[in-house]
This record gives sequence, C-alpha cells and structure tokens, in this order.
Amino acid sequence: MTDGTLEGRAWLFGDHVDTDVIIPVRYCTTSNREELGPHAMSGLDPEFAAKIAPGDFIVAGHNFGCGSSRENAPLALQGAGVGAVVAVSFGRIFYRNAINVGLPFFESPEAVSCCGPGDLLQVRMEEGLLRNVTRGLALALAKYPPQVAEIIEAGGLEAYVRRRLAGRGS
Amino acid sequence: MGSTLAEKILAAHAGVRRARPGDLLTCKVDKIMATDVTAPLSIEVFRRMGATRVAHPEACVLVNDHFVPAKDILSADLSKTMRAFAHEQGIVAYFEVGRSGICHALLPEKGLVRPGELLVGADSHTCTAGALGCFATGVGSTELAAAWALGEMWFRVPETLRIEVTGTFAPHVTSKDLILYLLGELGVEGARYAAVEFGGEAVEAMPVHARLTLCNMAIEAGAKAGMIAADAVTLAYLAERGVAALDAPQPDEDASYSRVIRVDLDRLGLMVAEPHLPSQVRPAEAFRDVKVDQVFIGSCTNGFLEDLDAAATVLKGRHVAPSVRLIVTPATQDIYLRAIQRGILETLVTSGAAVTTPTCGACLGGHNGVLGKDEVALATTSRNFRGRMGDTSSRVYLANPSVAAATAIMGRIARPEDLP
Ligand code: SF4
Repeated sequence: MTDGTLEGRAWLFGDHVDTDVIIPVRYCTTSNREELGPHAMSGLDPEFAAKIAPGDFIVAGHNFGCGSSRENAPLALQGAGVGAVVAVSFGRIFYRNAINVGLPFFESPEAVSCCGPGDLLQVRMEEGLLRNVTRGLALALAKYPPQVAEIIEAGGLEAYVRRRLAGRGS
Repeated sequence: MGSTLAEKILAAHAGVRRARPGDLLTCKVDKIMATDVTAPLSIEVFRRMGATRVAHPEACVLVNDHFVPAKDILSADLSKTMRAFAHEQGIVAYFEVGRSGICHALLPEKGLVRPGELLVGADSHTCTAGALGCFATGVGSTELAAAWALGEMWFRVPETLRIEVTGTFAPHVTSKDLILYLLGELGVEGARYAAVEFGGEAVEAMPVHARLTLCNMAIEAGAKAGMIAADAVTLAYLAERGVAALDAPQPDEDASYSRVIRVDLDRLGLMVAEPHLPSQVRPAEAFRDVKVDQVFIGSCTNGFLEDLDAAATVLKGRHVAPSVRLIVTPATQDIYLRAIQRGILETLVTSGAAVTTPTCGACLGGHNGVLGKDEVALATTSRNFRGRMGDTSSRVYLANPSVAAATAIMGRIARPEDLP
C-alpha cells in the first residue's frame, strides 16, 4: 500500500461471513499472520489461501466479519495475502480490528453486484474509487471518519499509540 | 430532547454535556477485560507500542476461561503469558483456573461491573455486562492494548434501539426465547453499530441472570451494546456482592430512539435457531424431526445456576437418550459449587450427563465436546455459525436449557411438554 495503490483479482463471498469461518477457532492458539494465513476462509473454502495471489481482494455482501472479536481474523487474511476487503458493510468489531491491524477495507454498496469472480480490481487511495478494470467500472468508496483516518495514516493503532506515548515521554 | 442510556454514559466518560448518535468521542474507560485467548496478543502489541505500564492496573481484569484447563501446550503457554503479565503489572483482578469462570458470567458475579461504567473487553460477548446498567462492548486485542496503555478509547456514539417488553413468560419460556425471537425479527445485522436498550415491566420483573442472557446476545444482532438501566433488582444483586448503592444513570423519558420494538411475552413460546445463523429462528415444535448427537448446556449465555436448575428439573428421574451425549458446563466456579450443594449436578450426572469444570469449552468448539463430521448438536449457547462447535460439516441448533434437557432425553429436538 506504500504508493497508495492496491490491485488484485476479486474473490466473491456472500452476506454474514463470520469470524468462525474466516478463521476457525482451532487455529487461534497463534496470532502469527504467517501461521494463520494458510487457514484463512477455511470455514467456507479450505483451498482459499492456496488459490489466491498476493494482493487479491475479497468482495463480499453485508456484515462481513460478524461474530467473535478474534483479531486472528484480519491477521489470517493478511497472512494469506489478501490485499483488501470490499463489502457492503462490516461487523463492528471486525471493522475496528481491520483499522487497527492495517488491513485495507472499504465499504461499497454496489461492489458485490458489480464484480465477477476473477475481475481485476484497483483502488487508488487518494481517489476514493474502486475501479473494476475488467469491466471498465468505477465505484465511489465511503470515506473514513476523521479518527479512523488518523489511525490509518499513522499505519495502524500500534504505531499511533507508540507515537502518542513517545510524545508524552512515558 | 433527552438522552438514551448509552448516550448518557458515553457523554459522561468523554466529559461532554451530551452525546448524539454519530458523534466521535474519546472516552475514559473504567474496566478493561481480556481472556486467555485475547490477552496474549494484546500483551505482544502493548510491548511493541513501547508501553511498559498499564495506565490503570486497578481497571484491568484478566480471566482464564476459553481454553482452560489448558487443552494443549499452546494454550498452556497462552495462560502462562497472561499470568506473567498480571504479576508484572500488579493486576489484582486475575482469575486462575479453579477460581475463575466464563468472563461475562464472572465479572457481574464478582461485583466488578457497576451501573454507569464504561467497560471494554477483548471478547465479543462483553455486551453481557450491559444488563447491570453499564455500557459494555467488545474490542479486538490491539484496541485492548491501546486501552491498557492510554486508559481511553474512541467511540462513535451509536443510535439506540429500544425493546419494550410486557406480559409474563409461559412455563419453560425464558429470556433466551425472547432474545432468539428478537433476533428472528431483527436479523443478524438489524442492530449493527447500535445500542439495544431493553425495558418495560417484563424486563423489570426479570432476575439478573435472565437479563444477562438477554444482553449477551445483543451482539448477534450486530449491536455494540445491550443495556438495561439499573433498578432495584440490580442494586439488590450488587449489594449482595458488596457494592454500595450508587446513583445509576437512567434513560430520559423523552430520549430519542432509532426504533422501538414492542414484545408481549404472553404470546411468546419456546424458540429454536437453526444452522447457521442465530437469527434463523422458528418455534421449537418446527424442529421435532431433528435428531441430535450432542446436547450442550453451558456458556456465558445459559450457564447460570438457574439454567442448570431448569435442566435438572426436566431431567430428574429421566435418562439421556442412548444415542446422545449431554455435556453440562457451569459458567463459573461459584455456580459449580452451588449446583453441587443443591444437588443439581447429582441429578444431571445420574441422568447420564458429563459435567465439566467451568470453561468456554464446547461453546466455541475449543475442547470438552467438539463436534465431529456431520454431527448435530443442540446448545444453549449464543452462536451457531458454520463450524462453530467443531467440524465445518457439523450443525448447531440454539435453544434454552429446558428445551436442551428435553432434547437430550428424546434424542431429537423436543419441548418439556413432549416428554412421555
Ligand atoms: S462461553 Fe462461548 S460465547 Fe461465551 S465467551 Fe466463551 S466462547 Fe464466547
């Protein structure tokens, strides 16, 4: 995400993809991205992590990441090489976790109906647009609220807090 | 215009006069809770943040519940990491195996949750504590580490949805049936980002354990918090736990709600949620042909003493069907002890139940009753997502403890009145 551009193929999922299918609990004795990665989405598609290319997008419907608070979920997606998640809406704890661990995610009401499996997608951060290169479409992405933008800009919550603690001299 | 309970508590913790839905506030947090599965990652992130001391050790609560007693070497190490951190940071509210319980049942029981407080926990069912009139919500491990380091967190003030409940429960019908019914109405994202405030004469008549069950499953509708304003019942419960009377915040009469739903308990029957969503709810009798391999009674939703008692009442003098395994897990050590003293566990064991020590265990498919390929379970838990209790092909139905007990006896989903 360094030059602000994300690009990858679309992998489509439905509504209410919960954290138990994103990363079943039997793999949650670790929070290491690399160890979690091979099991990402294994509740729905055990081959998912093996099939995708680094940077690929998950495109889903409503309420992506509902369920448990396990941060292993966004970490597993990162470990598998998922470049971004685009969904109609997100479960609220997943939403905060994604911000905090620096997994790019975007809300788009139309994306899931305007993308086919394997479509080439692109996001240029400064544009606020999701481009479907395969179909020649451009969709507007919702803006992040200011507090959230500040954390994303800092590179995640960890970096944000580190900066604040350093500023305090504690 | 007045404020809802959520708006009042968030405003008070941000030091502003009033909070409106959509406002972004930085709030001071009163309690910060983590468990053996979530604390270790928080500890790692906390150190990487460059933090050395938690801002308020007295605000921190650490609970061994998910994978305890250690189910394998990795989980033993998770607890070990948390134990060492509690010691290093001088965190007194650290709960060890044998003196612990499922966090959401344990915190209220220990008097660690108070009306008007703001509680964050690295577990999605943290919303359970809202039953005592506080604002309690689940967060991830990184967020929790930040709360340890800074003692504060940002919140978007949620809209509030009001549930007004009247009438009285029919025999065997409980607050579990009420919340399942509501989930059927709302869907799994019907309250997404919102606070759900329960009230009305029927809620006022509910004992605390029933209220905890209700708020516990608010998250299954996507809610940020489930809440019940503290009343005489709450204060009496707290007084028993040595918490002095306090001035509990109440929602204003003219508070503005995004939606009001009215439910009449006189018309509510036994409910069951079918796989794979807690909102896939129909009356229990619709599932009478469903055979089950396992019944689980426990969890932070329905592992309270009254739940075990309800199950024992149905099971007394009867036996678990030969084709069924019944697993019972009291939610806390204190519940476990009282269930022994009252003979509840004797009844359950005599009927053929396997009783385990307090743990999350089977609820999340961790240990103590994991489901195999294609197996079917009926559980008193909160979630029936695909693979939640074990193999991805297994199926979970959700119900209250009396239905669970009747199901264990019949070997298929049944109501107490279906028993011969
Ligand atoms: S009992 Fe189940 S729902 Fe409750 S905290 Fe434990 S795993 Fe989560």
